[in-house]
This record gives sequence, C-alpha cells and structure tokens, in this order.
Amino acid sequence: MTDRAPVARAGRPRVAAVVGVVGELVITLGVLLGLFVVWQLWWTDVLGERTQAQAIASLDWDPRPLPPAGDEPTATATPHREPAPVLDEPASGTTFATMVVPRWGSAVLPISQGTSTDVLDVLGVGHYDGTAMPGQVGNFSVAGHRVTHGKPFNRIEEIQVGDPLVVRTEDLWFVYRVTSTEVVRPVDVEVIAPVPGEPGVSPTEAQMTMTTCHPMYSARERYVVHARLDYWLPAAEGTPVELEPALGST
Amino acid sequence: MMDSDDTAVVTVYGMLWRVLPGPTWLKIVVLVALAAAVVAVCFAWVFPAVAPIMPFNDVTVE
Repeated sequence: MTDRAPVARAGRPRVAAVVGVVGELVITLGVLLGLFVVWQLWWTDVLGERTQAQAIASLDWDPRPLPPAGDEPTATATPHREPAPVLDEPASGTTFATMVVPRWGSAVLPISQGTSTDVLDVLGVGHYDGTAMPGQVGNFSVAGHRVTHGKPFNRIEEIQVGDPLVVRTEDLWFVYRVTSTEVVRPVDVEVIAPVPGEPGVSPTEAQMTMTTCHPMYSARERYVVHARLDYWLPAAEGTPVELEPALGST
Repeated sequence: MMDSDDTAVVTVYGMLWRVLPGPTWLKIVVLVALAAAVVAVCFAWVFPAVAPIMPFNDVTVE
C-alpha cells in the first residue's frame, strides 16, 4: 500500500469517499429490503391476526359453534331449504358474518363489508360490494389474503369439491358445498357474477365464491372456489353437523 | 491497520460514530436506539405506504 500511495494520493481519498458512501448506501438498502420482507411476511400477520380476533370479539353475538356436548343433539336440527331471510348489505368495513372452513379446522374468520385494502389488510375476509348476501339467491362473493395480513385463505388449495363452507350471521347458519375450483386472470370478474361465469344471467340459486391470489406470493392469477347453498339453519335451532369434525379437532 | 481517520471521515456511518458524544458503550446504546427508531418508523409508516405498490398483494378480481 505504501508503495502505491504517492501515485494515488491525489485521487484516492475522493475515490475512497465515493466508493465508501455508495457502499454504505447499498448496504443500507439491502438491510431495508430485508426489513420490508420481515414486515410483509411476519409483522402484517401479527397485526392481521390481532385485528381479526378483535373483529370476532366485538360482534354482538358469539359466532363460535356450540360444543358438541351431550346436552344438545345438534345433528337433529332440521335443515331449511326454503328461501332464507336475507340481510341488507351493511356499511363498508362492518363485520356482519363469520365463516368456518371445516377442512381447515375450527378457525372462525370474520367477514366484513368491502374489498378495499383497508378492509382486507385489517379485517381479513371482505364481501364484494353489490354481490349477494349470505343465503341470498345470487353469488355471495368474498376475497381474502392467501399470504400476509393474517392470511385467512392461506390453505385455499386444500379445499376439495364437496367440502362444506359454513357461514354464520347473527341469527343463521348457512352451509354451502364446494362445486368447483379454478384459476383465473385478475380481470375475470365473471367469477363473481350472480351466476358465476355467466354475467348478465339472472340467478336462480344461492351460490358462494371465494377469491384469493395465485400462485402464493404473486398476484399474477386468482384462485377461485365456487360453492352452492346446501341448507340454512337458525342458530337457535342448533349447529350444522358439518362443524362437528372441526370442533373435535380443537 | 487501516488509517481509521481517512476512512471514517468520508463515510456517513463513520461520521455518525465520530459525531456521537460519550464513551464507546454510550455510542453503541445511542446507535441501537436510533436503529430501533428507524425500524419502528419503517414498520408503522413507510412499509404500509410502499406495500400497495408491490405486485403480490392483490386478492380480488376487478
């Protein structure tokens, strides 16, 4: 080093300064990017799980199914298949229902009105504005994160045709059965049409649709699950039998 | 050994180290506190503002 110093003396401090500062910037940027990944993949889940649990806790009613203890023979409740009483669409951001996917266990997910990021990032599952309400003829459509922000729909690819999806409002249980799953482009809004896939057609059945991102950690496509209403049940009359395996797994 | 004066003066973090008062342990405490503050600001405001621009968070059809 001392050999070359006399030659480089004039230019070297300036070059060293530039290289040093650029190096610092690059290292700082790298650390910030790493922090962003930590925030996105970990901290948003911490916050999302907390706010979604609060949304459930702040409901006026208890959305958890009754435990299958001997005193209430839930399986004997008669399924209703006549047209169900339908709620009005609530104000944006209002948590008005919950859902359980028995294949995922007994986790209760809050469903809130709207699909903007301030609903989906905070409250979890969001109900598309203007689509049918639970049990209503039409297409009750919801969206949820598959990764990050509490990732309510993380395990969507495990859902099989025939699986129950159990939705609960204050007074009623709705049991939908999965009819199909598909991967579509983000612009394919016909999946949430009143008759899925057939925009403009008048619905005659109560259906349900879940959308989330696909593949994981990408927004290139959407993973979509369609289901059809099997039956509904007033909460006062019992708990859907579909929830009993889920209850048992806790 | 590197000539610490030359390199320390020209880098931002080196300058920060020299500007901070007190003994080494106090400088470390202050720097850790500063780093924690930067992380907190990023987590609370910067990253939530940047995230919507990122192309992996859309779950809706529109």
